[in-house]
Amino acid sequence: MRFTADRPRRAPSPTAYDAAFGQTLLSPDRPQPSCVAGPGGKAAVKRFNVYRNNVTHSLVTALTEIYPIVTQILGEQNFRMIARDFVRAHPPTSKLVLEYGRGFAEHLADFDPIRHLRYLPDVARLERAWLDAYHAADRAPLDPAEFAALPPQALAEIRLSPHPAMHVIESDYAIHTIFTAHRSGPMPRRIDAGIPEAVLISRPLLRVEIRKLARGQPVFFKALRKGAPLRQAASLAMEQDPSFDLVEAIGLTIESGAFSGSGFPPPN
Amino acid sequence: MMKRDFTRTTVSNGRFPAFDPVGRAGASFKPQHIEAIAGQSASIGFLEVHAENYMGAGGAPHAALARMRDILPLSLHGVCMSIGGLAPLDREHLARFAGLVERYEPFLVSEHLAWSTHDDVFYNDLLPLPYTDVTLKRVCEHIDQVQEAIRRPMLLENPSTYVIFPESTWKETDFLREIVSRTGCGLLLDVNNVFVSATNHGFSATGYLADFPLEHIGEIHLAGHDEQEDDEGAPLLIDSHDRPVADPVWTLYEEVIARCGPINTLVEWDADVPDWPVLQSEAAAAQRILDRSLSSAASERSHALHG
Repeated sequence: MRFTADRPRRAPSPTAYDAAFGQTLLSPDRPQPSCVAGPGGKAAVKRFNVYRNNVTHSLVTALTEIYPIVTQILGEQNFRMIARDFVRAHPPTSKLVLEYGRGFAEHLADFDPIRHLRYLPDVARLERAWLDAYHAADRAPLDPAEFAALPPQALAEIRLSPHPAMHVIESDYAIHTIFTAHRSGPMPRRIDAGIPEAVLISRPLLRVEIRKLARGQPVFFKALRKGAPLRQAASLAMEQDPSFDLVEAIGLTIESGAFSGSGFPPPN
Repeated sequence: MMKRDFTRTTVSNGRFPAFDPVGRAGASFKPQHIEAIAGQSASIGFLEVHAENYMGAGGAPHAALARMRDILPLSLHGVCMSIGGLAPLDREHLARFAGLVERYEPFLVSEHLAWSTHDDVFYNDLLPLPYTDVTLKRVCEHIDQVQEAIRRPMLLENPSTYVIFPESTWKETDFLREIVSRTGCGLLLDVNNVFVSATNHGFSATGYLADFPLEHIGEIHLAGHDEQEDDEGAPLLIDSHDRPVADPVWTLYEEVIARCGPINTLVEWDADVPDWPVLQSEAAAAQRILDRSLSSAASERSHALHG
């Protein structure tokens, strides 16, 4: 075999453009793919960077929309910098941007410069769950009349179907206070972030509702969600906190719309 | 006037009124405009949405879209199908897309000559492809699959691009014409994309439109663009959808309508979205051009009858 200077250069594979873009779109340090150019052999550095900017900017912007409160707390510029790193490390695998950003809470927790904002990852979890509730399937909530019609002896043994929008988020920090202060104001002068709070998210019709749960209630709602009979959910809650108020918890069960109105699942 | 009925094959399930907005201008639907639109639905010919924004299971987005669909015709515009990618289409995504067509009975359904997914990573952008025999075959296979899933023809939109592929062996207009001939799809002519690509790559927008298979256009898009510079300091236009339609784009649009007659036209606005009256007035400007074409066609007919 003879090597000559005029040997034709290997043409880029015609099937490689998507792989070539994939290797470079989220890697700003790599040169643009060799398969692209400007017209008439012009350079394509800035040209290819338009795609890089579009991809990163659109995904970072999506994260600001999924996490508006975390954005407010960090300031938009800081948030965008942290989000850009997240996008590069964890680009979306779903075509639905409304599904993006799971794992962002862990990304925040692992980012040293903001480690002092210990409550922030849980605020992010709450925001992600809020968006899941916003887009959850439509289902009629439990009808209070259906509940009221139960004979008292049946009440103890009933099991409920969770509504698709129901979430329980528990935190060592004051996530409910922080969330509501940023979302609907008025902003208190000072928030003591170190107070543990748990939140019940529901969306009985179209509006997402969030409620702060009292002690014992998270255990109660989580047990009901898993299909435990009411009596068992109540005793688990009381075990955790003797001051657990069952009447209040049942009231919340009905008024929050956290459970579906599709009748009661049969007992085990 | 050319016949463009091939796109209007909506399978009506009777859930919504069967509108047929011939020769009307429409606008992108943004949820913040819902009350303004509901209060004066006659002020706009139709609404268009990005399909992916309505792929959540339920809740407010679907309630808003159903409310709009009750009072106005809807055009469904997909942005993530990745028809121009080499990888097979995402079956789950295709099923969701077909589900929306079934649920909302849009009078137009469109997607892009572009790609967005590779190796399971979704880039959330409309990325370009080389025009070769290999990509032509792949694009046609993908369009066949989409049309099979939605049980009607789709419209394919010409892209705005910032780079070219020296390996391309087809002109974009020939590539599009060949796709139409192989798949039976229609075309969505984005006039702003033509102007953006023509400026970026130094060709004539008028020449592009002269080569474009105008008889297959089922919808036109208009939008605003941003201006930056390439490595040599030449203008590099960005398809930004964040401002009014530029004057040269209006001029090209008028030329297309003068040649083709009225075609449903959408004004897109997706970033820095203004209040409804601003967006509505852009659509009204397109409507005036469409109306002039309608009345000149009517007067030609009248001359033919009485002259």
